Amino acid sequence: MNIELVTFFIFSTLLIFTCFKVITSSNPVLSAINLVFSFFLSAVLWLLLGAEFLSIILILVYVGAVMVLFLFVVMMLDINIAKKTAAYIKYLPLGIAVFIAFNILIIYFFINTFENIDYNAVKNIEIISDSNTQNLGYLLFTKYIIEFEIAGLILLLGIISAIVLTYRKNPKNKYQNPTKQISASKKDRLKIITDLKE
Amino acid sequence: MEAIFYIIKTLISILVVIVPLFLIVAYVTYSERKIIGFMQSRMGPMRVGPSGLLQPIADVLKLVSKEIIIPTNANKGIFLTAPMLMLIPSLLVWSVIPLSEYFIISNINAGLLFILALTSLSVYGVILAGWASNSKYAFLGSMRSAAQIIAYEIAMGFALVGVLMLSGSLNLQNIIYAQSGSLFNWYWLPLFPLFLIYFIAGVAETNRAPFDVSEGESEIVAGFHVEYSGMAFAMFFLAEYMNLILISILCSIMFFGGWLSPFQGTVIDSYLSFIPGFIWLSIKTLIFIFVFLWLRATLPRYRYDQIMRLGWKVFLPITFFWLTIIGILIYLDYLPL
Repeated sequence: MNIELVTFFIFSTLLIFTCFKVITSSNPVLSAINLVFSFFLSAVLWLLLGAEFLSIILILVYVGAVMVLFLFVVMMLDINIAKKTAAYIKYLPLGIAVFIAFNILIIYFFINTFENIDYNAVKNIEIISDSNTQNLGYLLFTKYIIEFEIAGLILLLGIISAIVLTYRKNPKNKYQNPTKQISASKKDRLKIITDLKE
Repeated sequence: MEAIFYIIKTLISILVVIVPLFLIVAYVTYSERKIIGFMQSRMGPMRVGPSGLLQPIADVLKLVSKEIIIPTNANKGIFLTAPMLMLIPSLLVWSVIPLSEYFIISNINAGLLFILALTSLSVYGVILAGWASNSKYAFLGSMRSAAQIIAYEIAMGFALVGVLMLSGSLNLQNIIYAQSGSLFNWYWLPLFPLFLIYFIAGVAETNRAPFDVSEGESEIVAGFHVEYSGMAFAMFFLAEYMNLILISILCSIMFFGGWLSPFQGTVIDSYLSFIPGFIWLSIKTLIFIFVFLWLRATLPRYRYDQIMRLGWKVFLPITFFWLTIIGILIYLDYLPL
């Protein structure tokens, strides 16, 4: 029994448990916290595979930024927990149907991919160093540069469109103009006159 | 057998880092009160021990012996885990900090990323503490803090990208080795704007004055930890000061050559070679800690919207601009790599 296998089983069991808690806990904040834990545990699984860059980036991006915003929004909600449990039973049949359909899809997909897997694709990857980070960076900026740039552009577009969709300038709003506030000229300053009486 | 030996060795090196760290935190609080006292023409703590030197120990005893009060309708589980979530990441980061040429608990390849990932976690402690307290002031404080930390984390990360570009490595020891040469080979010179941004963003990230809106006493009592008492409060306190020391030590590692001697490559170096690297690192770190305390005594608190403006509209464009310049300079071979 090697230590990696033991770690894998411990962390994947915990991962399944936390994922289960995400969908079953009645309090949305607890769901979000469990989602954070599940990201953490999957980062550990990636670390076991030797993908140190991806696992740390998972924590940095998802746990450090995305989930913080999620929690931010969820904490503002005022949800009546008792009301929610009633809806739970109402939607249960539909939920089970979706669950079964998805599972069939996933199993079908996995059987198909593992049968037709192209092992040469992995062998053809150029390895330039032991470090996972350097290999990934090298591939992203040489072989897959166009895809990488396109992904970046799509994300930028997403940011801009989100702002365009939500930003409404209300002319009645009273807001401050910081540039105007912090600008000062010599004539605004307090002048101290000492020799008035003398 | 070898595994047991390895575990014991790691445990001892963890103790070697953590125990002095707690002592340093205790005496940073003491020096903070003394330094700010000096700047405001006061004496600071004087009663406990000779010139108040035992004051931090008295404070610790007081905090330990106090009752932890849990507010009615607070979410008890989250209320008690939040301080731990705050303290654990700030302790974990020390596992990859190179304290000298030979001493580092774990010399991992992605050290810089590891630090960035863990420092981004401390926001959870703040948010959850604010939410679980079931108090308006605490909630306001945590909301402010979350927005602020997210804003400044980006500028901070980009400032470190400059270090990454020059050193070509994520490993902290390699970053220090890449700076060897002399005082002018350290990265503060080519990355000066990024260094300033990193330090200021670090002050904002640790929620310290002048960016302490999340606990602004005059507006929201004590911010996110208003409902905490006893040891739970002490953990927030510890985490804050640990982050302060961490930002200082990271500044000296990333931009001021870590444990490298400032006189490297000059005649003086041969006379000073008996000084271990740890001493140089400590001196650089202590200077930054002093700047932290100095800032607190000097500057008034920023207004909230201006903090946001500074983070998004000033720091971020400057980092983008400087990274482009660094990129061009590297491309044209103007920088020693």
